Amino acid sequence: MKRWTRSSSRLALVLGALAMVAAACGSTDDTTTTTAAAAPDDTTTTTAAATTTAPPEAMTDVTLQLQWFTQSQFAGYYAAVDQGFYEEVGLNVEILEGGVDIVPAVVLDSGAADFAISWVPRGLVPREEGLDITNIAQPFQRSATLQVSFKDAGITGVEDLAGRTVGNWGFGNEFELLAGLRSAGLDPETDVELVQQQFDMLALISGDIDAAQAMIYNEYAQVLETVNPDTGELYQPEDLDVINWNDVGTAMLQDAIWADEGRLASDPVYRETAVKFVEASLRGWIYCRDNPGSCVDIVLAAGPTLGESHQTWQLNEINALIWPSPLGVGIMDQALWDQTIDIATSEAILDAPPTAGAFITDIAQEAVDNLKSAGLDVIGNDWQRVDVVLVAGGD
Amino acid sequence: MTIGASSDPGTSAAVADEVRRYERRVAIRMAVRRVAVFVSFLVVLAFAYTGYKAFGGAIDDAQTEWPVVGSFLPRSDDLTMPPLLDIAAEVSVPPQRNNAKPLGVFVLEAALFTLREAALGFFLGVILGIGIAVLLVRSKWLERGVSPYIVASQTIPLVAIAPIVIIWGRTSLDWLPFTWEDWMSVALIATYLTFFPVAVNGLRGLHSPAPEDVELMASYAATPNQTLVRLRLPASTPYLFVAFKLAATVAVVGAIVGEISAGVRGGLGRLILDFAGRYTTGPERLYVSVAGAAALGILAFGLVTLSQRFVRAARVRESVST
Repeated sequence: MKRWTRSSSRLALVLGALAMVAAACGSTDDTTTTTAAAAPDDTTTTTAAATTTAPPEAMTDVTLQLQWFTQSQFAGYYAAVDQGFYEEVGLNVEILEGGVDIVPAVVLDSGAADFAISWVPRGLVPREEGLDITNIAQPFQRSATLQVSFKDAGITGVEDLAGRTVGNWGFGNEFELLAGLRSAGLDPETDVELVQQQFDMLALISGDIDAAQAMIYNEYAQVLETVNPDTGELYQPEDLDVINWNDVGTAMLQDAIWADEGRLASDPVYRETAVKFVEASLRGWIYCRDNPGSCVDIVLAAGPTLGESHQTWQLNEINALIWPSPLGVGIMDQALWDQTIDIATSEAILDAPPTAGAFITDIAQEAVDNLKSAGLDVIGNDWQRVDVVLVAGGD
Repeated sequence: MTIGASSDPGTSAAVADEVRRYERRVAIRMAVRRVAVFVSFLVVLAFAYTGYKAFGGAIDDAQTEWPVVGSFLPRSDDLTMPPLLDIAAEVSVPPQRNNAKPLGVFVLEAALFTLREAALGFFLGVILGIGIAVLLVRSKWLERGVSPYIVASQTIPLVAIAPIVIIWGRTSLDWLPFTWEDWMSVALIATYLTFFPVAVNGLRGLHSPAPEDVELMASYAATPNQTLVRLRLPASTPYLFVAFKLAATVAVVGAIVGEISAGVRGGLGRLILDFAGRYTTGPERLYVSVAGAAALGILAFGLVTLSQRFVRAARVRESVST
């Protein structure tokens, strides 16, 4: 039957050709993998802080799931890859970026990643629901969440939020705000109008909301990268009022390194890997503290659409969240943990305080001791904020 | 030979030739007309956009107590609606100061990356969809039993399945002879959307031959397989192409949403999310990347339309030559 065969063979031909188009597109570039760079380079940090001095012959493959995309928030890990710190301790680390619907704790628990970066409450909630994970290091010792408003709104303290339209991102980002409101004697249900806010600052700048939620290292800087139509210049910090939850006392702990709890107990090799991973990661953060310029370049190379001045600002603020770390970088501050748990339970994020083992310090302590004996400053008392000049658009 | 000679049965080749030439002329004329219409609509849209901006700005200046623009009409300021020329200019601006690569190149590369996911998703969806249709046309029971589940599958939101597919891809596929990458999982997410129109329309197409045609096949003692291959499948071609067009655009959407959901780097979804988060400081970048997504959707649709014309031309030639 000629009649059907010829047109059908053409149909098949078309499908085949389109399939080849698809295959041709496939040959472009490889995607998420960011593996260790070439030879480790010790020009800036004087001493090698490796547990083993020579790179071991067998490299262990490790995957790290981030909570969000490449940005200076994760600079330490990218620096540890780029500077070969992971390689020196025998790890071949692949960094997996987060997504809108990716919950790092779930990815970690499923075994799709060996370690994960997650805010403390966002790790504890799934843990309460039965995930087998634990916090093994706490690099960020402060919260980065702010409530930002323009000067003319006159919101200088939490109590000034009464009767205002207050933006927040929801989805678990609002608890410091809610606890802060309650601490000032305000009822979040009736005394303020809480509205869901986009992940940009348009609503604040357009005047739709009186105060906007902002991360000090991200959205706050975005306001300062926007031209004020009244002056024709960028908005200045003097134009803004800021409520900082660290000062109010309702800050909750953010970026922490999480590991698989059961695997730590049953698999001594994994535990050893965890020590190495934490050690090299913290060394990455020390590198970013001491070499902010080079560290930003590493981030920019990993995220080629990111703006330079914005990421420089971000790293500066991220450093301020880490340093100084009086107990040693990455070691949990019990008081801040307790504060986080208090808010989490009183705001009913958690039904009950987490069971024992929600965080452990022995791995971080071992890592810090190794770094210390290698002559690195693990506390960072001397670190100081630098002045970052933001440019329009954060370019 | 002239057209007049076509009454001679020996010159059917010449007729076919003539038909082919005529077809080509019509095709070219249609293509030109189509492009002209597309471009003029683009111009109209650009005028409407700019006009609304001017109108909105004027109203905005005049309004005091009862704001119209910004309440039930969208805002028209430069942050909400950047001037078109600014958007066009942004294409050549590098997003990073020390990196010479302009935004347009980023969008192009991202579009290729997303096209790869969408294309794979499209083909898997077409294969799966036709497979389901062929299976269901065999048995009324199967059709009644399975159809509700096919419909139900489309009510599960992508955001629910995307993380599952990603984690499954990373943990359960290490037995494959090649390394499974996240973008392949995104293609599977796109497949989830593309198989549906193909299965539904394909089934309709397979049912489309008139009963007397089916009975004729039966009278030839044709097996169900022969009926399928010689009657039902050719009859379903127009239905399938409608489905392919739907599937092609849906594959692009699925790939973009899948990327956003799963955080896969390299494609348009990731680029859009990236620039959406920084909208305040550079709305033009988001507009450029969204325009890239729109162009990709049109390209996918256009490819299917072109291939349909190619197949149809073959059929016309066959009907003339046989």
